[in-house]
Amino acid sequence: MTNYRRLWIGLIILALLSPLGLYLPSVLRAGAAWGEWSLQELHELIGYTPAGMARTAEAWKAPLPDYALPGEEGASLTRQGFWYILSALLGIAACGGGTYLLARWLSHSAR
Amino acid sequence: MHIPDGYLGPPTYIAAYAACAPLWGMAARRVQAGLTARQAPLLAIAAAFSFVVMMFNIPLPGATTGHAVGGVVIAIAAGPWGAALSISVALVIQALLFGDGGITAIGANCLNIAFVMPFTGYAVYRLLARPLSSRTGQAVAAGIGGWIGLTAAAFTAALMFGVQPLLHTAPDGRALYAPYPLSVTVPAMVLEHLLLFGLVEGLLTGLVVYYLQLSRSARLVGTVASEGPR
Repeated sequence: MTNYRRLWIGLIILALLSPLGLYLPSVLRAGAAWGEWSLQELHELIGYTPAGMARTAEAWKAPLPDYALPGEEGASLTRQGFWYILSALLGIAACGGGTYLLARWLSHSAR
Repeated sequence: MHIPDGYLGPPTYIAAYAACAPLWGMAARRVQAGLTARQAPLLAIAAAFSFVVMMFNIPLPGATTGHAVGGVVIAIAAGPWGAALSISVALVIQALLFGDGGITAIGANCLNIAFVMPFTGYAVYRLLARPLSSRTGQAVAAGIGGWIGLTAAAFTAALMFGVQPLLHTAPDGRALYAPYPLSVTVPAMVLEHLLLFGLVEGLLTGLVVYYLQLSRSARLVGTVASEGPR
């Protein structure tokens, strides 16, 4: 168990460092990942918006899009960093909790 | 490499879901068969680890970003089927809560990131871990597995992007979904992962495996490596 505790602490430290994944691309002017452009970004690249894409691209409104509050794309880096860390902690809890429950459920249904 | 909504046409994303369904079933059965009380927390940590690793966007200055996944180190610690299950959970949470990767593309993204990556990388690791049996050798084998595994996932994602213009082009020549052909998608995605993001993945994989061997978690790595895939 102590081994696991050490690994969980490591994950919390990674969460606190996660804004690096926001700041470094911003400082070095690196844009979206290849193939993950927004409708606008793609329009700038190819000069039009693919019709099928326009219909389905915004099919889902995530509560924390891109690990930030909705509509805060232009917020200061400090503020974005805060939400990034909070998203990381929330994601760790959701992934850890979800997988643990799934694995427990699988092991119970095996008996 | 998280394919967003709107980039894949319905035939592709439905086929990807259909391909994932039996693989998810198999992963559930394999994990169930090998599940001991100790493994539920391991899989939970694996999913959380993968989630947070994917938040570290690595810049290609002036151009684009990418990230590591941790898929191969998870496959080494929890078996490739355990990796498939835990990374799938992370990808679903990313899509639902954070809009990272599309809802329609969950099947496609799981195929690339939760299946292609851990299985390819784990196979490379197993192949190299025999001749490279020292502690450093194992870490190097794992690192090469991570590098190849992430690049393989980028390759299959590039295939999915690249077939869209073949399947869906309007009469006026405009694409309906992802616009770039295979001749663009494959070099772009494979090269950036082969030369940068995959190397970061490899470094991360090697270092974590080295650490797990040093610490008492060595059993995690040792048992799987000696018992074979679960």
